Amino acid sequence: MADEGRRVGIATEAASGALRPGILSGRRRLPVAGLATLPFFVYATAFLFVPAFSVMVGAFQDKADHATFSNIRLLFHHPYIDAYWGSIRISLITAALGCVIGLFVAYAAIRDGTPRWIRSTLTTFSGVAANFGGIPLAFAFIATLGPLGVVTTWLRSRGWDITYQTPHFQISSERGIEVAYMYFQLPLMILVIAPAIDGLKREWREAAANLGAKQWQFWRHIGIPVLMPSFLGAFILLFGNAFAAYATAYSLDNGINIIPILIGDYYTGNVLNNPHIAQALAFGMFVVLAVMMVLYIPLQRRAARWAR
Amino acid sequence: MKRPRMSPSAYVWLLLAAVYFILPLYSTLDFSLKENKAGTPCCTLHNYGWVIHNGDFWHTIKISFILALETIVISLALFVPTIYLVHLRFPKLRPVLAFMALVPFVVPPIVMVVGLLKTFKWTPNWYFGTPWGFLATAYVILAFPYMYFSLDAGFRAIDVHTLTEASQNLGARWTTTLFRVILPNIRAAALAASFLTLAIVMGEFTIANLAAFHTFPIFLQYVNESQGFPAGALTLLSFLITWAAMLSLLLVGRKRGARGAIVPATR
Amino acid sequence: MTYLQLESLHRSFGSVKALSGIDIALGEGEFLSLLGPSGCGKTTALRLVAGFDRPDRGRIVVDGKDITGVAPNKRDMGMVFQAYSLFPNMTARQNVEFGLRIRGRDKGARRGRVDELLELVGLGHAGDRYPHQLSGGMQQRVALARALAIEPRVLLLDEPLSALDAKVRVQLREEIRRIQLELGITTLYVTHDQEEALAISDHVAVMYGGVIEQMGTPSEMYTAPKTPFVAEFIGTMNRLEAQVVDGASGEVEHAGIRLRIDAARGRQNGDRVLILIRPEALELHAAGNGANGDANTLSAEVVTQTFLGPVTRLKMTGGLIADMSTARATALPVGANVVAHVPADGVQLLTLTDDLPDIGEGT
Repeated sequence: MADEGRRVGIATEAASGALRPGILSGRRRLPVAGLATLPFFVYATAFLFVPAFSVMVGAFQDKADHATFSNIRLLFHHPYIDAYWGSIRISLITAALGCVIGLFVAYAAIRDGTPRWIRSTLTTFSGVAANFGGIPLAFAFIATLGPLGVVTTWLRSRGWDITYQTPHFQISSERGIEVAYMYFQLPLMILVIAPAIDGLKREWREAAANLGAKQWQFWRHIGIPVLMPSFLGAFILLFGNAFAAYATAYSLDNGINIIPILIGDYYTGNVLNNPHIAQALAFGMFVVLAVMMVLYIPLQRRAARWAR
Repeated sequence: MKRPRMSPSAYVWLLLAAVYFILPLYSTLDFSLKENKAGTPCCTLHNYGWVIHNGDFWHTIKISFILALETIVISLALFVPTIYLVHLRFPKLRPVLAFMALVPFVVPPIVMVVGLLKTFKWTPNWYFGTPWGFLATAYVILAFPYMYFSLDAGFRAIDVHTLTEASQNLGARWTTTLFRVILPNIRAAALAASFLTLAIVMGEFTIANLAAFHTFPIFLQYVNESQGFPAGALTLLSFLITWAAMLSLLLVGRKRGARGAIVPATR
Repeated sequence: MTYLQLESLHRSFGSVKALSGIDIALGEGEFLSLLGPSGCGKTTALRLVAGFDRPDRGRIVVDGKDITGVAPNKRDMGMVFQAYSLFPNMTARQNVEFGLRIRGRDKGARRGRVDELLELVGLGHAGDRYPHQLSGGMQQRVALARALAIEPRVLLLDEPLSALDAKVRVQLREEIRRIQLELGITTLYVTHDQEEALAISDHVAVMYGGVIEQMGTPSEMYTAPKTPFVAEFIGTMNRLEAQVVDGASGEVEHAGIRLRIDAARGRQNGDRVLILIRPEALELHAAGNGANGDANTLSAEVVTQTFLGPVTRLKMTGGLIADMSTARATALPVGANVVAHVPADGVQLLTLTDDLPDIGEGT
């Protein structure tokens, strides 16, 4: 550019301060603004995508870094396959219970007749409790249903010692973990399904009644179908949530055979000594969760469409 | 409308839920007020005293707290300009960001830590061996979905284009626009996201455990395993911290209507 | 013969009296509009008829039977809501046949009836679309078809056009009336739009504050409003406060000027009255034209002119409003001194009370 042009350019820029038409109109300025977002993408690549990718790669390598399926094949044997079933069992049960109970509790709080303060208390509490979990939660349940727990002691005083009499309950067990998991599964369900219940417009109920439908007919033809995408989406969310959980299970029963514990064992110096097994296990988790995500997205879209 | 009575079945469900949620909290309180022997009657503040006088407690809670602050600062510095620019200039990238915010659902902490430990094994100790390095960078990723949903909602609630153009028209530089015009307007969303991140970091156990750092939740677990009743006092304290953070979040969010998704992080 | 009867309906919500004694008698096949501003109780009344709410006092009788205690799903009435009432998970066709499904009609019978109704409302081609794929106007047509599918005894419409664009509103209201006449169905229609009510109803009931101020044919309501509220609410009205000077000859005094009003005959001297004159009834001439033979005139100055197409509205000092053809209005620009002739006959006179509702300018 000619000297003349450059001087004018500098003067213009100085005079107009930051009036940079380029940014707002600009194909020419694209690179500069784009650069400002670069740190984020670089960061995400370095700390999210690269590590995730390396897990996938490592799952298919042996100790000598040769490509192999042996790790993956091992996953289908004991104890790994049992760990997967354990994880899936816990996730399915807590997701199913969380969804059904959560739906009824949320509906109970929102329906006509229930005072408004109950709904807002429930929502606020759920917002806080959904983020609970881990070590404090485990202790709270040990304090409730453990061998010296408040409820255990009370039942014992009534003649039923659950630590050894049937029906038998132990907090350090798969059942115990499920009971504890409900403490964050239920609130999560409530948070997810409440807006969907709100979305059940009163006009639909009235129109249905006007056309002759009884309560159950409304639910069967309109209520449940409209809630279904949100319900299924919530189920998937809850499943993934339980599947990936680590801390609560670790604190309650760190011998339990589920995937996260197994992975953790390698790093906390327990059983595993082959890092590639841990990576294969992690890869297996990733696959299960990816399948869940693929199922989740179209459901979300459907639910959003009917909420309009 | 003459308010109809509360349905009896609603009553039952809500009562059951209330009992289920309150009982563990009550039990924790109960344990925290008992001395370290089974069968002792209520009530003593012995455990609380133990906690307050425990050096490790202060040490680890300080680490976790500073870690949380560090995470928040790095997150905001990284995400705010990016989300701002995407709203302003690159709307096509929004779905990309939204997709990235879903990745942690598919790559949860337990999976992420495996990858992180493998990838960064060879880095120098000042990064790999200290919580301010390794853990902080991991926590920034962990916080991303919550940060994203909150900040994105905040940006959507303001007219980014008009504010930016008005500011530039009045002669402001980019930095001025960002700090004096944009930031104050998304303050509620940023605060909400920060409180959520605080709660997450103060409760994060998985990554810290597998990478062998001594944060507050690690200390909590140690006390759980070794002590018993004093763990009650500690647990209650941990509850209170999380709740304080979450309630601040809700209060802040309610004021300006900028609320992000509240999805669990600590499990 | 009365088909739908509302007897002395009362309804309160806490301390708010939504309905204070509503009496309505509708003949079979009649179209009645409940017209009034928000909060007047018209929707409350409709919902009582539909069964979504119970009256505190009073009865609702259909075809001789008292249905006050009957559940809404057993009343055999079709209702069209203001918006959002189509079931989102069903196509238009499925929405329309819903009532028939509930009643257990078989598939073949349902299909025929649904086709018939979709044709009736002009949506024969859109049967397989979902509500979110339909425009507002189309959705309301489906809602109408759905309400009619079950051959209800009474058709109820709750401001069905309020949420639609102006043009669609005019179009659709004609269609609703056409269909209603074709089917001969007794209809109760709620609206706040007085033009709408006057255009399509057999009778109009103007409501305010939970009571019916006046009920009559559209023409009666327009030309002979019985209360100041009705006069103001329906169309625009010139309101002149006056005092009767000579009840024998019908002479009144307004703002120092003597006017002769036929309707004032027979009133007591000293009565305070309200003279109501429609804008189109006020004849304007340029001042100094010498055309004041009748001398029933008021002097004023033109303040604004509003172009309304074929008609121009002139607002003058003294609060006077006159409508005249645009061609003639050009002769009376802003600032012109005019003479307004008050016709002696055909002008409404009301007793002046202190509680004149303030509705602002009419539409």
